[in-house]
Amino acid sequence: MRFSPLLLVIWLLALPVQAEVPEFYDFSTRAEEQRYRDLIAELRCPKCQNQNIADSNAPISKDMRDEVYRMMQAGASNDEIVGALVARFGEFVQYKPPVDRRTILLWAFPAIAVIGGFLIVAGVVMRSGRRETQEPVLSPEEKARVEQLLADKDRSS
Amino acid sequence: MYPELGQLALILALLLAVLLSVVPLTGALTGRDGLQAFARPLASGMFVFTALAFAVLTHAFMVDDFSVTYVANNSNSMLPWYFKFSAVWGGHEGSLLLWILMLTGWTLAVAIFSRKLPATMVSQVLSVMGMICVGFFLFIIVTSNPFDRLLPNVPADGQDLNPLLQDIGLIMHPPMLYMGYVGFSVAFAFAIAALINGRLDAAWARWSRPWTTIAWSFLTIGIALGSWWAYYELGWGGWWFWDPVENASLLPWLSGTALMHSLAVTEKRGVFKSWTVLLAIVSFALSLLGTFLVRSGVLTSVHAFASDPERGSFLLMLLGITVIGSLMLYAFRAPVVHVRSRYGSMSREIFLLLNNVLLVSATLLVAIGTLYPLILDYLDAGKLSIGEPFFNTTFSPLAVAAGLLLGVGVFSRWKKTDVGFLARKLLWPLAVSLVASAAIMISYGGFAPWAFLGVFAAVWVAVATFWDLWDKSSSRQGRWYGLKRLSRSYWGMVLGHLGVAMVMAGATVVSNYGVERDVRMVPGDSAMVGDYEVVFVGIGERRGPNFTAQYGSFNVFLDGKLVADLHPEKRNYPVGMSVMTEADIDAGLFRDVFVAIGEQISGDAWAIRLQYKPLVRWLWLGSLVMAIGGFLAIADKRYRIRARAEDRSVAAGSAPAGKPVEA
Amino acid sequence: MKRLLLFLPLVFAVAIGVFLFAGIGKDPTKLESALIGKPVPRFELQDLHAPERMLDNSVFEGQVSLLNVWGEWCPACWDEHGYLMHLAQYEGVRIVGLNYKDQRETAFSFLRKLGDPYETVIYDPRGSLGFDLGVYGAPETYVIDAEGIVRYRHVGVVNERVWREILLPVVNQAKGNS
Repeated sequence: MRFSPLLLVIWLLALPVQAEVPEFYDFSTRAEEQRYRDLIAELRCPKCQNQNIADSNAPISKDMRDEVYRMMQAGASNDEIVGALVARFGEFVQYKPPVDRRTILLWAFPAIAVIGGFLIVAGVVMRSGRRETQEPVLSPEEKARVEQLLADKDRSS
Repeated sequence: MYPELGQLALILALLLAVLLSVVPLTGALTGRDGLQAFARPLASGMFVFTALAFAVLTHAFMVDDFSVTYVANNSNSMLPWYFKFSAVWGGHEGSLLLWILMLTGWTLAVAIFSRKLPATMVSQVLSVMGMICVGFFLFIIVTSNPFDRLLPNVPADGQDLNPLLQDIGLIMHPPMLYMGYVGFSVAFAFAIAALINGRLDAAWARWSRPWTTIAWSFLTIGIALGSWWAYYELGWGGWWFWDPVENASLLPWLSGTALMHSLAVTEKRGVFKSWTVLLAIVSFALSLLGTFLVRSGVLTSVHAFASDPERGSFLLMLLGITVIGSLMLYAFRAPVVHVRSRYGSMSREIFLLLNNVLLVSATLLVAIGTLYPLILDYLDAGKLSIGEPFFNTTFSPLAVAAGLLLGVGVFSRWKKTDVGFLARKLLWPLAVSLVASAAIMISYGGFAPWAFLGVFAAVWVAVATFWDLWDKSSSRQGRWYGLKRLSRSYWGMVLGHLGVAMVMAGATVVSNYGVERDVRMVPGDSAMVGDYEVVFVGIGERRGPNFTAQYGSFNVFLDGKLVADLHPEKRNYPVGMSVMTEADIDAGLFRDVFVAIGEQISGDAWAIRLQYKPLVRWLWLGSLVMAIGGFLAIADKRYRIRARAEDRSVAAGSAPAGKPVEA
Repeated sequence: MKRLLLFLPLVFAVAIGVFLFAGIGKDPTKLESALIGKPVPRFELQDLHAPERMLDNSVFEGQVSLLNVWGEWCPACWDEHGYLMHLAQYEGVRIVGLNYKDQRETAFSFLRKLGDPYETVIYDPRGSLGFDLGVYGAPETYVIDAEGIVRYRHVGVVNERVWREILLPVVNQAKGNS
């Protein structure tokens, strides 16, 4: 079926696109409430256009929030709750990618990039320093001429 | 008949763009001045016809011409006139028309403001911009024509603009953003021109710099507007979600910041030329990548326009030709000559290079994180989601590191800085920063390791910037004279860095010390959020121009004194059949108190979302300060050529003599 | 050597281009089921037509079946139903229905209007089995083998093309193994 932009736009308009305040749950402590809030921010609605289940209105998001609440009341840990949802809906619903063979490079990337970059810069500095010590020996006239040429170039940079 | 005029105008503009791509370039490469003289008129003509097309579309919206498909999809007779105007760029086709209007506008600007540059350079730059225009004109005319008609079944009324977009933020956010995205095409064009003619030197860097800085400033404003808009419009108090489309705007910003700093080094010292050129190409490539991601449907996003494989393929082809062409040119023509310049390990050049390392690492991080799900899916390694938790954990350390580096680098000198000198200079600022950070943290409610790092980095940047300002403004004729004597370029830098400190402070404090609560309330109930007491007064009803609403009343108290009277709403838009939550915010310089209405639990009990957001406004105020810094830097005397002697020396590639203080 | 380094960005860009190109046209909202290769989650729910009769996992044992998740409220389910009738009547496919988040009356009226291709229909008004299966939107169709193991999940309507190209091969493979 060829994509009709018109249909798509109509469909997009018909969706309640804004974020709703989720239904109301009772928590015994503020810490629990915060934990719930953090959990639902970390879980992705499988149906929506990139929303976490905290912000999404979709019925499946509500079901997932219910399940998170239910499991929290039953004493499950965060890992268990996320794991239960992943077991049903796939790893797609986790906004935090697991650390495994596929993603180890991703997680380590900032460190690799920065360390690599710093090493390159260190190399640049050392090469620049070495250039100083590796200058060939010049006769006094040549030296004077070199100084002159260098002075001209610096002025023109 | 009328809308077809718009289509005709676009086709004419396309023809002019084709001429612009070919004629001046040929003239520049063969030395025929006559051909080069066509550049400016062609650029003007291209802009005029594009503006005409834009005017025709705007007119169609204002008169409710629903025979035009795009108008029917994005407007409605009940829509207030100012939203009809902004609806012009509310959808895919119209926003592209805005994009190309800006592209032709920038091209014309380059044509007008480059009279002091060598003609060959200008011809080449304009030709390159012409080529980019050709690509986008083709894209619009072939796949995304805003002037398509719905004849003969003209609908009685339109589908209405998405209520989320019926907002002042919408009016300003895309134009600012596009000014930034498109503005990087100028730096790109300068880079390509320099690669073509082989004159890659400090003069090239000097000419590119103002264009890059303006584009960067607009992009900063555009991103900040988007964040601000999301904050108050979406009703949940978030200001950055690491959504692919948001990341798409952050990528050129990060690399653009690196580019700005690298251009400074190339202009001053003539080094890092190949690297700077690469950054110029990459920044524009990232702008194009962003355009592609938003419109192709390759990544899911709440912000995405209609996703269409046909359009996606066309855009990718456009992106591919531009990027691969320019990178090939780069690989073959960028200089590899070792520059005979010496710089010490603590020199300003090296600090700026380290700054680039961090910024480019951040750019790559965001790019890879955004594209990774796509890559894994391609390799059949599963469908992963990469979102906020990942980016917050990995991006924050880079930001903190950049802040720490900034503070140290401010005191560095070109070519060589004595380590002892640097260390001595840093001692007092360090002490002051530590004390100030501790004080801030205590006042907000306590120590948390990440909060400390963020706050310290922000304070460190601010203190170092002020310290350096103090140093540089000391003068025998008095402090005021010393301050006035500082160049606008230097003040631009000061504001830019202060803006960064504000943004970092805002982000850290609001993330670590903000409070969010969902409370069940009936009229008469009160709840605490932070130090504020919110009392639910009641709920009524009201009508708007194209909606009906449940209208809530809340009183906010601090220490018993009434601070604000808030009226959040839940709006029902009958035409689009959607319900919107409009939060009400008591905005303050140092904190926001935020109330939104949720579900009706029963009878008169409602779920109310309360938020206390300390320093959240600093995110956008800081961005504004950064952008002002950018605009100030461009207004620097050196770009307003006065003496003819300066003209000649600029054209020959030498720096003007003795500037008192520069960034 | 330095010249070679300058080609790196180009290589990088081409690689990204390949990934982007591969992504065009793919529907990012179609997720693979997390239960492929695993048994259908344990359930005990009423039969839609006979409330006193409880259905459980044994309903899948002994033959390969399609499990079709539907509801009267789901517009696309109305679209695909005709083809499901064809599959049941003319191709001899065993289809078990999962009436998801619906009311009995509305479900009955749906089946009365459009026909009943289902050998049995599991009544899941709260969507509990649906949730355990990882259903996130109707219609969805699962291929379950004779041991009650989930072999495949298709998200969206089932039509001629989907049956021939996607589901039938899986069904045949499931039949081949048992």
